[in-house]
Amino acid sequence: MTFRHRLRRDWPLLVMVLPVVVLLGVFHYFPTLGNVIAFQDYSPYAGIRGSEFIGFGNFQRMFAEPAFWKAVANTVSITAVQLAFFFPIPIALALLLNSVLSSKLRNLIQGVVYLPHFFSWVLVVSLFQQMIGGAGLLAQTLRDHGHQAIDLMTKPDTFILLVTAQAVWKDAGWGMIVFLAALSTISPELYESAAADGANRWRRLWHITLPGLRPVIVLLLILRLGDALTVGFEQFILQRSAVGGGAAEVLDTYVYYQGLLVGDFGYGAAAGLFKGVVGLVLVLVANRFAHMVGEQGVYSKS
Amino acid sequence: MSARAVWEEEPTPVGRFGKPVVLALIALAVAFPLYVVVVTSLSTTEAVTRAGGLVVVPRELTLAAYVQLLSGGVVTKALLISVGITVIGTAFSLGITVLAAYGLSRPGSLFHRPLLFIVLLTFLFGPGIIPSYLVVNALGLIDHYASLILPAAISAFNLIVMRSFFMGIPSELIDSARIDGAGEFAILRRIVLPLSKAVVAVVGLFYAVGYWNAFFNALLYINDNSKWPLQMVLRTYIVQQQPLPTGAGGVATGIAGLSPAPGLAIKMAIVVIAIVPVLLVYPFIQRHFQKGVIIGAVKG
Repeated sequence: MTFRHRLRRDWPLLVMVLPVVVLLGVFHYFPTLGNVIAFQDYSPYAGIRGSEFIGFGNFQRMFAEPAFWKAVANTVSITAVQLAFFFPIPIALALLLNSVLSSKLRNLIQGVVYLPHFFSWVLVVSLFQQMIGGAGLLAQTLRDHGHQAIDLMTKPDTFILLVTAQAVWKDAGWGMIVFLAALSTISPELYESAAADGANRWRRLWHITLPGLRPVIVLLLILRLGDALTVGFEQFILQRSAVGGGAAEVLDTYVYYQGLLVGDFGYGAAAGLFKGVVGLVLVLVANRFAHMVGEQGVYSKS
Repeated sequence: MSARAVWEEEPTPVGRFGKPVVLALIALAVAFPLYVVVVTSLSTTEAVTRAGGLVVVPRELTLAAYVQLLSGGVVTKALLISVGITVIGTAFSLGITVLAAYGLSRPGSLFHRPLLFIVLLTFLFGPGIIPSYLVVNALGLIDHYASLILPAAISAFNLIVMRSFFMGIPSELIDSARIDGAGEFAILRRIVLPLSKAVVAVVGLFYAVGYWNAFFNALLYINDNSKWPLQMVLRTYIVQQQPLPTGAGGVATGIAGLSPAPGLAIKMAIVVIAIVPVLLVYPFIQRHFQKGVIIGAVKG
């Protein structure tokens, strides 16, 4: 079929896709190109065309900056702590819920634990503040019983555990969905014949359930590792003033403060670009690794 | 109630009693904070004073805080702005997502692969905060409500979910409509959409919740605090604990016949106002989980 023939046939489809392509162009691809200012001594008055190119000047300054490395270290530690303390919880929750026989009870619990996923971070932080903050219920109860009140929302030392607890409260239930779906695809006959062969519940868990979940676990681990430099922006910007930048500064908030609030746009863009490029490399490496261990990964060459 | 399979062991005592306890604790962890916030928002000054802060055991209940908040002032305005952004944004996002999902649902159509690639590639990297800000600024959208809608209007995830649903519609239906002389727009409206109510509803609700919860774009793009959506108000007066402005433009005080609500109740009422719309649409989202729309999509 010739191009003109196909155009005449398919032009309505192209018209339908057009608004999305335009929006992605303006608000995704065009700003992506705008990252050239990371290589400029950018001035908003001179614009991209009028600003001077300084090569890797912004990056040199950034790599010499302890505050930048502090933000990188905070980000990576938070990812590590969340991998250890967040990641297994949805799996455990899915196994627990899957073993509940009553479907009514199962739906009820599912309904309750999915809910916080649909709350905003502002709301989640507000609720935590009311429960365990300085004027919250915990402090209030401690005071009533003659103890010293504690404020868990402003302690830099335990901040990493606080944000992990918030993430668990908000998203552990939601994270469970994928595992429940994977569990539902494991054939009951496997369990039955294993039981007939004398495997008890723990051996069935080890030899049937966990291997059945393996592809999903690997996939989600890859996604999380690829996103190692992204720990969420709103959660941290909301709490940064309460605990201070020492504990709460992550890469995204660093970009926001150093770039936008200080007005050092080129420098901020350099920090943002660093995060974007390292993130992209991490995804590609993690995906490659998944293929090496024989899993599907996120994408493959088709 | 589905019964235990015959080959399964009797549950152990730990399983029989431990499981319900654990499940109850999990449910409580979600529900208890919400309960305390609601009860406190409905409490009188005396009740708050006696409790020494948050109220766990409800006593004298009053709607004073809500009356005060909703009779003009910062919160009323922010609420209206958030409702407006959510309604207009959701309609806009849903409209262009449906169109694009259908436009991309025909493998072999002109430019099908490159266009799909443009959408999928957005998963791999974001443009970055600073360049996005500069583009929004250059378009003159700072302090404009459009900055809360346009940059966040497309979720590639929602688009792909809808596209895979459309692709599952039997092609015989579409082909026969085409033989009858229907154009693509007519096919979308008369054949595809009536078969896709569930996925359209779910994607619409996802967009709506996203707009309602949006805080980041407002933080970046809206400097004028008279244009703040509710989440910004929540952040300023609850999380940052700045005092609510009173009098003109602030919280209306001294409603006739009602004693003024305590400050804490007012704050908790703002939290409740931010939660209620999510709770209202949640049962609809939940119903569609059970139909498997989302699970099917997550599995890909």
